[in-house]
Order: sequence, then C-alpha cells, then structure tokens
Amino acid sequence: MKDGLLIRSIEHGTVIDHITAGQALSVMRIIGINNGTSAVVSVAMNVPGEEMGLKDIVKIEGRELDSREVDKISLISPDATINIIRDYDVVSKYTVELPSEIRGIVRCRNPNCITNTGEPVASAFTVAKDPVTLRCRYCDHIILSDIAEQLI
Amino acid sequence: MSFSLRHVISMKDFTREDIDEIFELAERLERVASGVPCRLLEDKLLALLFYEPSTRTRLSFDAAMKRLGGASIDLGSVEASSVAKGETLADTIRVVGGYADAIVLRHPSEGAARMASEYSRVPVVNAGDGVGHHPTQTLLDLYTIKRENRLDGISVALVGDLRYGRTVHSLAYALALYGVRIYLVSPPQLRMPEHIKSDLLESNIVVEETSRLEDVFESVNVLYMTRIQRERFAEPSEYLAVAGSYRLTSEMLSGVRDDLIIMHPLPRVGEIDSSVDETPYARYFKQSFYGVPVRMALLVKLLEGRDLV
Repeated sequence: MKDGLLIRSIEHGTVIDHITAGQALSVMRIIGINNGTSAVVSVAMNVPGEEMGLKDIVKIEGRELDSREVDKISLISPDATINIIRDYDVVSKYTVELPSEIRGIVRCRNPNCITNTGEPVASAFTVAKDPVTLRCRYCDHIILSDIAEQLI
Repeated sequence: MSFSLRHVISMKDFTREDIDEIFELAERLERVASGVPCRLLEDKLLALLFYEPSTRTRLSFDAAMKRLGGASIDLGSVEASSVAKGETLADTIRVVGGYADAIVLRHPSEGAARMASEYSRVPVVNAGDGVGHHPTQTLLDLYTIKRENRLDGISVALVGDLRYGRTVHSLAYALALYGVRIYLVSPPQLRMPEHIKSDLLESNIVVEETSRLEDVFESVNVLYMTRIQRERFAEPSEYLAVAGSYRLTSEMLSGVRDDLIIMHPLPRVGEIDSSVDETPYARYFKQSFYGVPVRMALLVKLLEGRDLV
C-alpha cells in the first residue's frame, strides 16, 4: 500500500484505533451508530497495522465516548486506543483498560440466572484477561466468546 | 474467634478458619441437637423462605433454631403467598428482613441468594439456588467426613449426577481446601461443569474423571453417592441403564478400605441398596443428623456475633 491516509482526517471527534480485526461493526453498535445515523463515520477493516497484524479503525465526527462505551469496547477489543480529536489535533490518546468488574453492561448467558428473571438487580461480572473472560457475580456462569452479542 | 461471614451464600466465601470454627461449635452443640435444653437463641426469629419444595433442609433448619430456644416463621407455599401476585424476590427479602433476625432462602434461580444478601438487612443463608450452591449441605457433608473419618489427605469419590447436583458442586469447592484427591464418577452426559473443574484444578488438587464406579472403589476413603434423576434423560431406557450402573450393594463392598465411609445427601431412590445400611461403612443417616448441629452452629455465629460462645 502506498503511504497516505486510508480515510480522511476528522476535525472534531474520536478515532478508535487498534480495534481487534473484524470487531469494527460491534464497536459501531456499542457507540450507537446504526442505519439511521446522520453522523460522519469512517470505518476501515482488516488494515495491516505495525505491531499487531490486522486491525480495524473507526472514526466518528463530532462525538466523544463515555466511560460505559469505553468499557464495552475494552471487552471486545482490549488493545483498542481512543484518540480524541479537536481542530484536527489529537488532544488525548489512551488505550482502553479492561475493568476488573463490570455492572449492567453485559447480559448473563444463563437463562436461569437471577439477573435474567425480572428482579431489579443489574448484571455483574468479574473480568479476567488473556483471553477476556467474564464470570457472573451471581450464578458463576462464564462468558468466554461472542461477548459482543451479550452487550446490553 | 475470626468468623468473618455476614451471609452464607457459597462455600467459596469460607476460609478454612471459618469452617474450623463452625465445626468446633457444632461438636459442642451435638448434645443440644439431641435434646439437651438450650436457650442460646431465645428471642431470635428465623424466616424460612422456600420457593422450591424441600423436606429435610427446611426441617433441619427449623429443628436447629428451635433446639437453640429460638422460633421460626415460614413463607409457606409459594402459590399462597405474595410471590404468586408477582412480587420480586428483592421486595420479599426487604419485607421479611423487617420481621425476622435471619433468612434461610431456597430459590429456583442461580444467584438468588447472592442477590438477596445485597437487599437484606439481616443475614441470608443460602439453602440452595437453582443448580448453584447449597453451602449448608456442604458444611454438614464436610463435618460428617471430619467426625467419621478425617479431612486432610484423603481420597473422595463424588458419584452420580455431577452436572446438575448442586450438592456435589459446593462439596467439591470445600474439599479443595483440604488437599484431598477427588474422583469425579459420572455418566458422560452428567459430568461436572467445566467452570467448576477449572476452579478445582487452579486450587492445585488432584482431580480425576471416570465413568466407572469400579475404577475408584478400592482406593477411596469416602464414597459420596448422589441421586441420578430420571428427568435428566430423554430416553427412559438410557436412564435405567445409567442408574443401574451406579447402584451400590453390600456385595460390592468386599475389597474396600477398612475406613471407608459411604455418604448420600438423601433421599435415595435405589442408588444404595438397603443391604448397605447394615455394613460398618454406611454413614448417611448419621450425616443427616449432623445437619442439625452444623446449622445450629451457623445460626449462632450469624445471629450472636463472634463473642458469645
């Protein structure tokens, strides 16, 4: 590939880089980009990166992420970096951090878990790394794969 | 005195010190469990919330509380209660916590007791949550092993339905604290869930899996039998074949260790032939008796704080 930008720079907004290859669409779902969006969004998938092989990139104009969205992204793409852009400059750049515990952002896959029975309690999981593994605080059920499908 | 728990939800919350303390007290309370009068929990009220049928667990908690001079109140059948009107468990717990000094809960959903403990102002004791945990059964199982054999360095075979049997899940976690060797003996379709096996292996104990009872028969100190339930099988013929291969009779006991003890959480439905009852190895009735002093000890620890006894 020739040098140069694959997709254009943004003026204000967020660049989510180093997304695990193939997870860009899940990241878009997390940040609420769907069919009806009017936001300016660029998506690149399976881009050859420098260190980690293939990666995905999502750029979104006029939008910054809240901590809940960042936590969700960390679960499906633990090496993603978040770049906050203002006036075409990167004013802040950080790698997402996998929280040790999450509450109310992932649904337990055990249909008989108390968190899936209409009680007022939010789901809660402890989080382990390499690979990302969620263990339900209530029923001990483990989620190891397809975490994106369980996001609330 | 170091007993640290406010609620009793899962065996994983217990340290060895917690367990030792319960057992030391249980042993002193065995006399009370047999009828020596006691007023240790006079004026205390225990609520029994059983959302699923149970005979012995409910009765033994009731007996434990009353033998200690306390009283109990009972939710009764779920159909006749506010639960039938659609009240959430969280609400029921907050209401009942206003009536009683502690709550014993059995519920069909996994994690129900953990959630209840988060809504309750009084101690919650898990008496079984779905296919999850049943820690007081485990404590009485461990106590039986301690009183009738020993706990450290032994081999224990868990036999039968290891997939849905919550008793054996909790017991396996607890045994891991004592460096025992665990044999998991079950038909392939009723194996121990992976997440429990991985926890056991992480705690550095030896775990071996087999589907043949005869593989472990002569080497174990404890044979823990469980019921294999008909409804776990699609085909009645499959059930009969499996249940038949996990049936213990006195003839099978010729080559076993002298110190073998045979346990069962009861009720049994044919896993142990009645001919075994008369052998020196049978301990299942003793085991069910021990449920009372062990639950007494727990209730005292939870209701009276650390310094009373």
